[in-house]
Amino acid sequence: MTALGHRPPPASYREATARRRLAGVLDRGSFRELLGPAERVTSPHLAALGLPVAFDDGVVVGAGLLGGAPVLAGSQEGGFMGGAVGEVHGAKLVGLLRRAERERPAGVLLLLDSGGVRLQEANAGLVAVSEIMRAVLSARAGGTPVVALVGGGWGCFGGMGIVARCCDAIAMSEEGRLGLSGPDVIEATKGVEELDAADRGLVWRTYGGKHRYLLGEADLIVDDDLTAFRAAAQELLARPRPLDLATLEQEHDRLARRLAELGSCADAAELWRAAGAPDPDRLPLLEADEFRSAVAGVRRGEP
Amino acid sequence: MERLAFELESPGRPAPRAPPVVVGVVASGTLEVLVEPADLPGRCRVEISTSANGFGEIWEAVLRDFAARNAVAGLALSVNDAGATPAVVSLRLDQAVEEYLGQVP
Repeated sequence: MTALGHRPPPASYREATARRRLAGVLDRGSFRELLGPAERVTSPHLAALGLPVAFDDGVVVGAGLLGGAPVLAGSQEGGFMGGAVGEVHGAKLVGLLRRAERERPAGVLLLLDSGGVRLQEANAGLVAVSEIMRAVLSARAGGTPVVALVGGGWGCFGGMGIVARCCDAIAMSEEGRLGLSGPDVIEATKGVEELDAADRGLVWRTYGGKHRYLLGEADLIVDDDLTAFRAAAQELLARPRPLDLATLEQEHDRLARRLAELGSCADAAELWRAAGAPDPDRLPLLEADEFRSAVAGVRRGEP
Repeated sequence: MERLAFELESPGRPAPRAPPVVVGVVASGTLEVLVEPADLPGRCRVEISTSANGFGEIWEAVLRDFAARNAVAGLALSVNDAGATPAVVSLRLDQAVEEYLGQVP
């Protein structure tokens, strides 16, 4: 029972833990974890450095159902070391994707929430991320669609940003962020004049779900809600993207045109204006539904 | 890092066997607790790995209170801690046992 007059908030995807996200996205009670915390497969690198480990190394992998169809799913826990990918963490995701190649489920869902490579694990983390990329492409080549969901508080950066873009499709919330070098990295290497990482409006305009959707890099934009992400995962699994040379060449052409057309824009809002988006200064204020209809005519879709 | 282990007296019937449960996330100022069934009549075993060294006595006091509040005989708890305060530890331990027992019909 809730207090009179109190309306419970929607089930926020962003606020949920990695486990709670899986429970909310998949069919109720269907998730079965593989290599769960009781197996205690933890990071040898963190232990050697005298740093705390997590029983699941910050990622939950397993099998479940989505609308009755069998899927495999992995969910990164941003709260543990920013969802950063270490050797064990990466191997769990690679194992999941290789399992998909064998079992041919209806799809693989990657609930990404990660700053990228776990720097404490150096080369082992870098290798792990490259293995994930290869495994995503290999699963897709074998006919299993892989869909990324990006709506966690840590965004999806570094190598995991590349992994997301190796997938068939990406669903994002406005709160989710997707990129290669994160704002702090850019500020540290190029200076605050290039990107002020403390300017949250600028950071979300640049990396946030709305911008990624407008550019055609995210395929769906949804509200920050577990049910909305669940519906998005179902919709995207049903329309896999071909993985062939013609599609890649089309995408390269699209990126070349985009660079020529919009490459001189200094800010996302300027880019939206140049792309013909109506009332670009109001776009950050719109809910996902309103936003989708507002930009329907100007969105840069992918093949 | 410091490793600590405690065995707490907990009279009464042992907790029913159920699948292991993990609650919490290892992040600055908080911790994760893994609850598993164990063959420990009248006792509860707690193993802790913590990034804050030298707080063994406080852990012991917090755990003694925890065992007085809950029937925890027959449970093994494993903790990965990143510097949680005693209040946070208490809440997380209670939550862990509640979720473990909540699975039993």
